[in-house]
Amino acid sequence: MTGFVRTIDAPKLSPPKGEVGLIHTLRHRVFNSAIGGVLAIAIAALLFWTAWTIIDWAFFRGVWTAPDRELCNAEGAGACWPFIKARSLQWVYGFYPSAERWRVNLVYLIGAISLAGLMIPAIPFKTWNALFFFLLYPVIAFFLLLGGKFGLTLVETEQWGGLLVTLVLSVTAIVVSAPLGILLALGRRSEMPIVSLLSTIFIETVRGVPLVLVLFMAANMFPLFMPPGVNPDKLLKAVIGTSLFASAYMAEIIRGGLQAIPKGQYEGAQAIGLSYWKSMGLIIMPQALKVVIPSIVNNFISLFKDTSLVTVVGLFDLLGIVQTGFNDPKWASAQTSNTGYFALAVIYWAFCFSMSRYSQFIERKLNTSHKR
Amino acid sequence: MPHSAVTMSHVDKWYGPFHVLRDINLDVKAGERIVICGPSGSGKSTLIRCINRLEEHQQGDIVVDGIPLTANLKNIDDVRREVGMVFQHFNLFPHLTVLENCTLAPIWVRKQPKAQAEENAMSFLKRVKIPEQALKYPGQLSGGQQQRVAIARALCMNPKVMLFDEPTSALDPEMIKEVLDVMVDLAEGGMTMLCVTHEMAFARQVADRVIFMDQGQIVEENEPEEFFKNPKSPRTRLFLEQILH
Repeated sequence: MTGFVRTIDAPKLSPPKGEVGLIHTLRHRVFNSAIGGVLAIAIAALLFWTAWTIIDWAFFRGVWTAPDRELCNAEGAGACWPFIKARSLQWVYGFYPSAERWRVNLVYLIGAISLAGLMIPAIPFKTWNALFFFLLYPVIAFFLLLGGKFGLTLVETEQWGGLLVTLVLSVTAIVVSAPLGILLALGRRSEMPIVSLLSTIFIETVRGVPLVLVLFMAANMFPLFMPPGVNPDKLLKAVIGTSLFASAYMAEIIRGGLQAIPKGQYEGAQAIGLSYWKSMGLIIMPQALKVVIPSIVNNFISLFKDTSLVTVVGLFDLLGIVQTGFNDPKWASAQTSNTGYFALAVIYWAFCFSMSRYSQFIERKLNTSHKR
Repeated sequence: MPHSAVTMSHVDKWYGPFHVLRDINLDVKAGERIVICGPSGSGKSTLIRCINRLEEHQQGDIVVDGIPLTANLKNIDDVRREVGMVFQHFNLFPHLTVLENCTLAPIWVRKQPKAQAEENAMSFLKRVKIPEQALKYPGQLSGGQQQRVAIARALCMNPKVMLFDEPTSALDPEMIKEVLDVMVDLAEGGMTMLCVTHEMAFARQVADRVIFMDQGQIVEENEPEEFFKNPKSPRTRLFLEQILH
């Protein structure tokens, strides 16, 4: 047996050129077997048929202009778009008086600008923006929407509705549930038995009850806890109910994130002298929250949609207000509710899909730091 | 005579019913370099983790730089400021850059201005020979580099005592030397050090005393020359035979 010594390095080559392109993909990924080919064609046909049915109903057979329901009721008519147009303002503002709608617009506008400033990484002043959005904006929005002060006419919450109610409910619940969820999660993991017990009891109680029931209880049982004669506003009760409900779920999501952080991170933080709150705020939470971004956004999305349950306590959110329009004798037709529900689905989907895409963007952005 | 940096007297600790530290008496003078060795499960990591209260002892007294370690949270915070620790698995903060890892505690605990903390951190990163990695994230560095960052991070708090808990055990063989070099440099600079390690060459080179632990007790302690050449306890002899082949 003789030894071996390499004297000339083997050349470093680029990988061999594979077959690429559409034909190659189709042949190897789609039509790679008889069953695969049949399935692919069947699925494509199903998709095409579904898409065509919707497009035909919405566009080709759709009614685009009509003064009332007559055209929509015609044989073979598709979507009844004039109904949406006639109702759209009510969908956005509910029964908010026309003359005062600028206040809602202003709230939407300030919120959108501030939120954009928070969400777009390139925009500076994040701390100030966050302080504004989380502390000052709710106050401004409250007085602008409700009025009764600073020379603004009082608009009772009974007159609020549609998208306004949906957004007030979901944005408040989202904004409240994040810090409350963090505190509850830390509380449940706390080494102080009382804190841990109370947090656990709260979380398990709220999680163990359906949201509908939480809303009913918030609507009907709150007065029991109040001094006699005090019955808080219906919308306020719903806001509190959904916020607490969302917080319990949030707490469990964040607790999951906390458990994913290795013990060494806690020890590293302790060893350099950070106090409990500093190590949580600077070391543990940033990592834990990053791990659970998908679950958090998932929770936000389901919360946004769940707010439609408030119709059961007599509030008119987006879904509620759309449904009330169906009974309008001027527009009631075979296609009215279909059109309404379809438009509603598109609106909900647009909000939720945006949240989902934004969360993926943030995940990617935060993740780059660990790539080699 | 220099004062004591760490004093442990009659320290006992249990994990549940298991008696993990038994009657530990140890006095470490300022500037002294101690190497602690012993078989796995002998309590050496637990011992040094008691010094910055990552583990709580149940009996006996531990005094660090004149501060008694009691349940008093302020004392614990004060001790942790003065004691730096380097872990087997580095425990760097993956979401922060190398520089941020090093400046975090000086800024948030020592309340140093950011510029000063960064300047200080850069000088320590130079000392551990990786200033060029300052803006990278820990995940982008090799194990040896990460451990050197961990040492720099601890040094940034200007600790009076440095604890090393098997700092080279998780490293690939070719990276052990770069970490040991930094530790030797530190030892020669007069830092008070307690190192749990199996690097016997390091012990010979820098230790003032080697401590051998077994089953939660200090079995033998001596100057390195004498310890390696002439171990007194049969348990020490057996251990040394096994690790020195």
